[in-house]
Amino acid sequence: MTTRITVDPITRIEGHLRIDVEVDEGKVTKAWSSGQMWRGIEKILVGRDPREAWTYTQRFCGVCTTVHAIVSVRAVENALQLEVPLNAQLIRNIIQTAHAIQDHIVHFYHLSAVDWVDVVSALDADPVAAAKLAESLSDWPLNGPHEMKATQERLKTFVGSGQLGPFASGFWGHPAMKLPPEVNLLAVAHYLQALDVQNHANKIVAILGGKTPHIQNVAVGGVSNSIGHDAPSVLNIERLMLIKNFIDKLEQFVKSTYLVDVPAIGAFYLDWTQIGNGVNNYLSVPDCPQDTQGRVFDLPGGYIDNGDLSTFKPITRFDDAYFRDGVAESSKHAWYEGDAALHPWQGSTEPQYTDFQDEGKYSWVKAPTFYGKRAEVGPLADVLVGVASGHKGYQKYLNQALGTMKAVSGLSEIPLTALESTIGRHAARAVRCAVMLDTLKDQWQRLVDNVGKDQDTFNAPVFPKGEIKGVGFHAAPRGTLSHWVVIEDAKIKNYQAVVPSTWNAGPRDADGQIGPYESALLDNPVADPHLPLEVLRTVHSFDPCIACAIHMFDNEQSEIIKVKAL
Amino acid sequence: MGNVLMQDEGIGVRAVEELECRFQIPPEVQVLDGGTTGMELFEPMRQCDCLIIADAINSPAAPGSLVRIANQEIRAFFQTKLSNHQLGLSDLLALLRLKGEAPNHIVIIGMVPKDLENRIGLSAEASAGLPAMVAMLRAELAELGVELAPRRQQGKGHWQRQADLELAACA
Repeated sequence: MTTRITVDPITRIEGHLRIDVEVDEGKVTKAWSSGQMWRGIEKILVGRDPREAWTYTQRFCGVCTTVHAIVSVRAVENALQLEVPLNAQLIRNIIQTAHAIQDHIVHFYHLSAVDWVDVVSALDADPVAAAKLAESLSDWPLNGPHEMKATQERLKTFVGSGQLGPFASGFWGHPAMKLPPEVNLLAVAHYLQALDVQNHANKIVAILGGKTPHIQNVAVGGVSNSIGHDAPSVLNIERLMLIKNFIDKLEQFVKSTYLVDVPAIGAFYLDWTQIGNGVNNYLSVPDCPQDTQGRVFDLPGGYIDNGDLSTFKPITRFDDAYFRDGVAESSKHAWYEGDAALHPWQGSTEPQYTDFQDEGKYSWVKAPTFYGKRAEVGPLADVLVGVASGHKGYQKYLNQALGTMKAVSGLSEIPLTALESTIGRHAARAVRCAVMLDTLKDQWQRLVDNVGKDQDTFNAPVFPKGEIKGVGFHAAPRGTLSHWVVIEDAKIKNYQAVVPSTWNAGPRDADGQIGPYESALLDNPVADPHLPLEVLRTVHSFDPCIACAIHMFDNEQSEIIKVKAL
Repeated sequence: MGNVLMQDEGIGVRAVEELECRFQIPPEVQVLDGGTTGMELFEPMRQCDCLIIADAINSPAAPGSLVRIANQEIRAFFQTKLSNHQLGLSDLLALLRLKGEAPNHIVIIGMVPKDLENRIGLSAEASAGLPAMVAMLRAELAELGVELAPRRQQGKGHWQRQADLELAACA
């Protein structure tokens, strides 16, 4: 067997994903997903005060930091069976939904649209025709011919300078690029507008969280925001109205642009509704608690087996035993000691590095299972669970997205199974973003209504002698996130995080079952092994929050190309 | 910009920290620790008339050497792909141009690093060059008509204190 050594570039990006695929007759026949970085924060936490764990766990990642703060305090609160004041729940909910909206917008427009949009081709577009098309699909005010013309002019100067910046590694003219020039121009215009819009969401997080990335306002037992009507240094009416102003701006873009662009672009890539099908089992957790105990939620959770919505089984509470007892992680193919699938409370993180072994250990990411099965997490799982549970928002925006796709493609019917694909994951993310927007509005309104009669934001935790255990979960932008903590005499005894990219990017499990990334890559077409755009498309559809090094191998296992993508 | 956890990689952050400790910063100047962020710097950068970036820069010159690159030279510089941070910074500058919101005047004050290990604190070479780097930043502002007055009481910056602690712990 050929030994392969990968030296990752020294960068400031938080961790690396390596994908190896074997290609035979233009299709992927084998795939390996490998996390190339040791996280290790779990070990740092052992022996520390559980009240400070969230400040460390936030550093798991440099992108989705807030999620690891909120879920960490939820884990400790779960262990203590501690009630959290309603204002604190609502403030956390606003932060997390605003963060999700920002994350989804940036993921589509700035991180993955260039997989589908040929930026250079936009120079050939007729700006008037592009505006006409845009205005037929949406009432977004920045779709007019002047806007399109101005975008094209700026793009011309930009491309003429020879400095393509973030577009420099694009696959211009690749045979898999299918959009007409007008749609490409429209996408470029929205790419630039999205830069402004995503910042509105960031500001909401910063106003409530103190700063972003790495919010400062959470605490075990609530949040540290003080609420007052008109005092200048607290959360007052002025701040709340500022947040509302940002929400309104976000709403217009998300519903009139993001939710329209993805299905419209998808309509030109219908073949990609047949590519990138993952493991077909879906796991999502409920979120946005509406009470102090975590038993009533705005967003549904549950599990769907083999893509069959009738198998939907709900998860309904923070202390739901169905979720708590179902999760296990295997290190058989990961660079840790042991190979049995262990429940996270029993989990260990002792490194055992072996180099990359095709049939052995090949990743720093463990392989999680839900009752012994691999499961995909993320917007696709959230949307399917949302629809299966009868959530009105998910149903409404899914119908809207499918309606746009039908109108642009001319197809009379698009089945729900089209979502279980590379392009479907993007559509699901746009649908989820619209749901998040309504949820954000709703949480804001409830906070405004509640602060008139109640200014409580914190319930002080008291730690008992002896051992207690807790789990906290959160429907994060990339999917189901859970932190598991064992506390003994008020100190952390064990801490394990099962993050969304663990579910999706994990290697083979204890039974040799492949994970969602690996499964989704099988049968992907690869038109030109030197420009593996198709592999990137499928990996990007999961929204990996890590720099991704794609290694292409031919049948003789000699490395023929190494492509670095973000 | 820079990563203070990787020794000289963080020279840019250490330089602006030193600048703030030694001089009074007038309201028309905003000093920012850009750290290791990328897109988050889009918003502060688009609001600048003039942008001065302090950073570590790869160059064949001796460690601790200082380099000044301005305006048109920056594009040529990125074409030779020498900076560790070119991905984030060059992308940002490109996007600002594409949006028509690039600062009128951009200068990079760079230092060639010596050590890039996972440790807080600068190499002897970088420490020796730090005062000159701060002087260059001050001169750059003076060029723009902003004279920085020295502080009467000069404090010690956060990362300087952390570096001292690390040094004491290792001793």
